[in-house]
Amino acid sequence: MFRPSPLHFALALCVLASPALAQETPIAFSGARLLPINGAEIASGTLLVQGGKILAVGPVDQVSLPAGTTVIDASGKVLMPGLVDTHSHLGGGGAADRSAPIQPDVSVFDAIDVRDAGFQRAQAGGITTANVMPGSGHLMSGQTAYIKFRDKNTIEEWVIRDEAGKPMGGMKMANGTNSRRAAPFPGTRGKSAALVREQYIKAQAYRDKIERAAGDPEKMPERDLGMEALVEVLAGTRIVHHHTHRHDDIITVLRLSKEFGFRVVLHHVSEAWKVTAEIAAAGVPCSLILIDSPGGKLEAVDVGYKAGGMLEKAGALVAFHTDDPITDSRLFFRSAALAVRAGMSRAGALRALTQNAAEMMDLGQRIGSLEVGKDADFILLDGDPLSVYSKVQETWIDGVRVFDRSDPQDRLWAVGGLGAGQSRVLNVCCDRGEEN
Amino acid sequence: MLNTNLKRVLGLALLAFTPSALFAQDIAIHAGELHTVSGTVISNAVVLVQGGKITALGKAGEIQIPEGIARAQAAVVTPGLVDAHTVVGIAGYLNQDGDQDQLERSEALQPELRAIDAYNARERLVSWVRSFGVTTMHTGHGPGAVISGQTMIVKTVGDTVDQAVMVPQAMIAGTLGGESLWGDSKPGTRGKAAAMLRELLVQGQTYSAKREKGEDGFETNLRLEAVADLLQGKTPLLLTCNRHQDIATALRIAREFKLRLVLDGAADAHLLIDQIKAAGVPVVLHPSMRRAQGDAENLSMETAGRLDAAGIPIAIQSGFESYVPKTRVILFEAAIAAAHGMPRDRALRSITLGAAELLGIAERVGSIDVGKDGDFALYDGDPFEYTSHCVGTIIDGKLVSTKER
Repeated sequence: MFRPSPLHFALALCVLASPALAQETPIAFSGARLLPINGAEIASGTLLVQGGKILAVGPVDQVSLPAGTTVIDASGKVLMPGLVDTHSHLGGGGAADRSAPIQPDVSVFDAIDVRDAGFQRAQAGGITTANVMPGSGHLMSGQTAYIKFRDKNTIEEWVIRDEAGKPMGGMKMANGTNSRRAAPFPGTRGKSAALVREQYIKAQAYRDKIERAAGDPEKMPERDLGMEALVEVLAGTRIVHHHTHRHDDIITVLRLSKEFGFRVVLHHVSEAWKVTAEIAAAGVPCSLILIDSPGGKLEAVDVGYKAGGMLEKAGALVAFHTDDPITDSRLFFRSAALAVRAGMSRAGALRALTQNAAEMMDLGQRIGSLEVGKDADFILLDGDPLSVYSKVQETWIDGVRVFDRSDPQDRLWAVGGLGAGQSRVLNVCCDRGEEN
Repeated sequence: MLNTNLKRVLGLALLAFTPSALFAQDIAIHAGELHTVSGTVISNAVVLVQGGKITALGKAGEIQIPEGIARAQAAVVTPGLVDAHTVVGIAGYLNQDGDQDQLERSEALQPELRAIDAYNARERLVSWVRSFGVTTMHTGHGPGAVISGQTMIVKTVGDTVDQAVMVPQAMIAGTLGGESLWGDSKPGTRGKAAAMLRELLVQGQTYSAKREKGEDGFETNLRLEAVADLLQGKTPLLLTCNRHQDIATALRIAREFKLRLVLDGAADAHLLIDQIKAAGVPVVLHPSMRRAQGDAENLSMETAGRLDAAGIPIAIQSGFESYVPKTRVILFEAAIAAAHGMPRDRALRSITLGAAELLGIAERVGSIDVGKDGDFALYDGDPFEYTSHCVGTIIDGKLVSTKER
């Protein structure tokens, strides 16, 4: 949450103009134990940020500071990239309704409540970026949104944009039991796959018509928003995020992905440990959820903590997700730690929470590690990130602090208490005194 | 806390058990750190179990270990964990209609439903929680009805309920607030729920008086038998209530009818610390990681520590889960409390001796003392750390779980 300071008041004047200008004065965090992820740990390092970007990262004695740099003593702290959650339902945004099992035209982007207190909790857990998704009750429940948990007033200011300024996101799909129900929904696995195939064949035909038109408006097919999204999927510019649990359902996703050439990230993947070789051979990334006990639904009877380590050994790209509210965004580190408990490497688990997750959203060049030129998204902890006793002390996005555990309001969201579940007033900056 | 080599050695030590040792009720356990919970932590300690009971404990070297006795060792040994409230064994891991027996929705008041008639001793979640060190569970009818039924206390062993059970009728379980308000049927409101509960208790008073007199023609009524037991203090009333007004109602009704009340869930308990303390009522607190939603939206991960510091008897529960995870594990829930202001020894106490005292079974379990049951949890490091493992569970001197978890 925002804590007004002279710096922030000054920034308020330019904040709407461009996020890139969010933070003009260089800030150096000095003396922290740095975990850059894409590089060796630095026992006592400095992170220098300006204009929302990382300017320098290295051992304290090797980073030179520009004149006017604000230096923050971070000794005794652990500093690492902000966490990236590949699968979250924060903001309460659904997408597709019950009218059809496949709705590629619908987007969660139009439904996210940025005032959801869950986002504050996620900041407290060190999460800076998430793929916010519609649910799994459809074969294709719509477009997802890649967002940063900025303290800004509208979703337009939260969403991550590509170089052309277009909001980024993926396409949510699901198979197995969640998407099965009365017609027009499928009743069996065979029907589920048939409906998906039919849709992709339609999308291929639509794409081919556009290609044949070669820019001639007369020859273009009639606009179809769902088809346009699926053309992006076929082109590989929109990644499919696929809910799937059982080993046979996982293989079905791999088959469809190969058949139509779409890029896919497998989500949940409860039985991934049964088909690690197949997943690794397909080069398909997995985003895992770790649940305290098996069961709760038929597809999750064989879920365990061991999948992360097994997939890592098989050579697959692994990330984790909260699936918030299924697991609590404040405890996202716990997922990685439990994977380590069951055999995953420590470095692999930390990378899974950051860089690997960023890569699963085509954001690996922009976030996920402490590297020069990347976004200044990082967190400060008071101890080892995989210890139950450690807490995120501060969370920064684009060089702006969005969570500060020493702030009583932020602390309330971090630990809970009266009012912690209520949506927040977001009018950041200068009129905070007029809240309520 | 523990280096990898030692971990490996300890792992092998457990695997080296012969099948006959698995069924032995005599065992000597060597602990790098022995957390007795009732007393101090003893380093480099040995506990001796004979005939299923603890017969000696102390520094290694001071305890005479009988020849040929089974042995186990671990870096950290604690009492077997006691889950102060769960539905494991009544609610199964498949989460299909056929294995969910924790809530009967045909009527809002059914104190006659017995937990022992519904417990599946072979349920996979029983062995699951056991593999993290849980040796005793208070389980039975769950939240969701004003009075949902009875609970019982079991050990996490046995092929039948008879082999598992310690206390066949432990408490009567009920709920005030959210989950017990069925909307379209009785009760639809908080006021109605309280009125229905009072009416049942008044009927119970009349019945209880008749039962005491032993008049001719007295007809046994199973429902009111259970209520009479409540009114006579034979069984406590376990009321799940999370909103502060529901907690206040529970305290009020308990006062009116002189009931032995145990507050369950109690998400808003941090708002009523003085009142709960004054009433002398213990709290079986919600899981620390429970989702902050609905009636529990104001819960805090710091409540366990705050109630404990205030001197309120508390235990941390795994609770009821309707989806995934199908059950929580009290070890993990206490760990989060320990990370949020509760001293580690107090957090461990809340899932061992504190829970046993609250359940009235501290004579038998909850701490490592001579004369108590030989129930232990073995860990390769700080039990609360995410990356430590439970490396063995012992019940009545028998090694019942050896999987590294």
